[in-house]
Amino acid sequence: MSSIYLDHAATTPMVDAATVAMLQHMGELGNPSSLHSHGRATRKALEDAREILAQEVGCLASEIIFTASGTEANNIALKGFYWAGRAQGKNVVVVSAIEHHAILDPAHWLHAHESAEVIELPVTIDGVIDLDFLKDLVSTRGSEIAVISVMHSNNETGVIQPIAEVVAVAGQIPVHTDAVQSFKKTPLSFSALGVTAMSLSAHKIGGPLGIGALILRRTVEIPSLVHGGGQEREIRSGTLNAPSIIAFAAAAQSSHYQAEEITQLRDHFIDGVLSAIPDAVVNGLHAKRLPGIVNITFPRTQSDTLLLLMDSAGVSCSTGSACSAGVHEASHVLLAMGHTEITAQSSLRFSFGATSTHKECDFVLSVLPDVIARGRAANSV
Amino acid sequence: MKVIAAMSGGVDSAVAAARAVEAGHEVIGVHLALAANPQKYRSGARGCCTIEDSHDARRAADVIGIPFYIWDMAEEFHDGVVEDFLAEYAAGRTPNPCLRCNEKIKFAAVLDRARAMGFDGVVTGHYARTEIGPDGKTLHRAVDHSKDQSYVLSVLTREQIDGAIFPLGDTTKVDIRAEAERRGLAVAQKPDSHDICFVPSGDNAGWLRDRLGSDVGPIVDQSGTKIGEHKGAYTYTIGQRKGLGLTVPTADGSPRFVLKIEPITNTVVVGAREELAITSMRGERPVWCGPEVTSAPTRGFVQIRAHGAALECTYYLENGHLVATLDAALLGLATGQAMVIYDGDRVVGSATICETA
Repeated sequence: MSSIYLDHAATTPMVDAATVAMLQHMGELGNPSSLHSHGRATRKALEDAREILAQEVGCLASEIIFTASGTEANNIALKGFYWAGRAQGKNVVVVSAIEHHAILDPAHWLHAHESAEVIELPVTIDGVIDLDFLKDLVSTRGSEIAVISVMHSNNETGVIQPIAEVVAVAGQIPVHTDAVQSFKKTPLSFSALGVTAMSLSAHKIGGPLGIGALILRRTVEIPSLVHGGGQEREIRSGTLNAPSIIAFAAAAQSSHYQAEEITQLRDHFIDGVLSAIPDAVVNGLHAKRLPGIVNITFPRTQSDTLLLLMDSAGVSCSTGSACSAGVHEASHVLLAMGHTEITAQSSLRFSFGATSTHKECDFVLSVLPDVIARGRAANSV
Repeated sequence: MKVIAAMSGGVDSAVAAARAVEAGHEVIGVHLALAANPQKYRSGARGCCTIEDSHDARRAADVIGIPFYIWDMAEEFHDGVVEDFLAEYAAGRTPNPCLRCNEKIKFAAVLDRARAMGFDGVVTGHYARTEIGPDGKTLHRAVDHSKDQSYVLSVLTREQIDGAIFPLGDTTKVDIRAEAERRGLAVAQKPDSHDICFVPSGDNAGWLRDRLGSDVGPIVDQSGTKIGEHKGAYTYTIGQRKGLGLTVPTADGSPRFVLKIEPITNTVVVGAREELAITSMRGERPVWCGPEVTSAPTRGFVQIRAHGAALECTYYLENGHLVATLDAALLGLATGQAMVIYDGDRVVGSATICETA
């Protein structure tokens, strides 16, 4: 076995139904905004896809704003809600400390360039946001808060966040959730959650790269980031990427992701890791987690060394954290969970997907002791 | 063998990695991040420290078809190379940071880490050769003498040389560029680097002044008479003639040269050209990459600059110091530089010059 992919949280293979749908529609001519017969044909297929996706997401078709990525959806939401709130004298942006950079960085940008006050919600040792902190914050400064953004599940640890509770605490304050990792992995309904906005991405669920969506409750108006033809509710302009949208819907409709099986696989993997490396620590072990993500700290190692050794052994996994100039930084998520710089930099993320097998899992377990031993040797020179 | 190819983002290390793959090694490309806060874009003639350079290295690795990783060695580089550079200047010596980088980073930190991870060695794009002889693996000058880098590699111990692979030593630079072109490597025409990589502006004196201060001190002649002032003794080099700003002429109108830098009194001593002449040098902390030098005087060559001439000499070991006496006098030699002993084109060893006479 030479090439094992355990980085499905980064991106996962396109499901056949999506590939077929995309290829088929790439041959079709017509701008969906055109009124002639070519345009109408594309528009029909695109709106069919929107309705399918709406059904899968638990929202109205009109609540879907297609974007080029989950990152774009996050930017539109966070900046849009902030600007809308500021117009009413609200200057505070609340985000969790464990958000993806696609939320944290726009928040920091709003602070640096728009003078927003950014408040980060701390998390528990298990990586769940501190709801009491949020309650206190809302009760003392609720009238100043323009938006609260808390991810539905964390991309590094897989820990699922109590979004319904956040919504309850927030009251009238708009709540956005980045659900990029959760969609199709764990039950998710926009309307049932009660959030104001939610971000999605196609390539995390077996759809193509380069297409995402912001689900924005109807009647809620926020300013636009990208101006032009006004295609998506005047909030997002640009010719709609019909083949990708159609493939996105096909992936969303597909039932290839079997959460229970993947959960079993993950737990089998965790058992194997803990028996091979007894001092390994599963981050967020006691929290409710996504089926496919496991984040493990291997004391006395460095994650970039482990990545290289895993890659050499034919295993693709991840540190889960961002790079700065190609250099791995300690994960802000693990730091927020109480890790030190050193232990945070000793961690790997393995993420399983619909195509993952027990055989792959066992192969990784078979190379792991050697990888960890070498990693520890390299760390002690 | 399983090897790590150190890839700076330049043409040499890219071709070296490609040649290592062709030689049948299992190669993993590694770019060393040496700057704590790397600049985005390359400027001037610095070689390896910007994000642009790391992208060049990654692209080369992808074209060659090898895995690529970035190793953060910024802390090791700062402690082992930058701090050493500053301390040497502060002590009135003239260090060679490239040599220190080879000694402490590329063939120490990187090689040690690589070996611990199960790799057999480190491939670099240095212009130097190794040979396997009765004395084991020995270090030699490159075929292209104008590019020869054996001088900056002379600090390697035998054990380090055992783990070093220099695939470019048999080829001229011109041919390496042509080969890079043939291999489809975009860095084929990337300019050579020759400035000190951690001095972004290229202005060494200014960089040193920012860190060591610019304490005004006297410039004196050999009799001790003050004839001028300087702004930081460490910005001067032994043998320097220009930029002294002296207004008092010599009796016969002949130019003055920097003879000595005295860091404790912050004094720069100047004098006539012939006062610069030395015929022997003494080096501390000797390293042998060939057979160990003994107290028995031996004939050979000594080189005291990265691209300087090989000077005929007799060398021997005395009280743990490497001593070389020159056949012909030499003008202007700064302490802190490496003295590298050659037997023909083979590197015998090196030491850091601490005394001249």
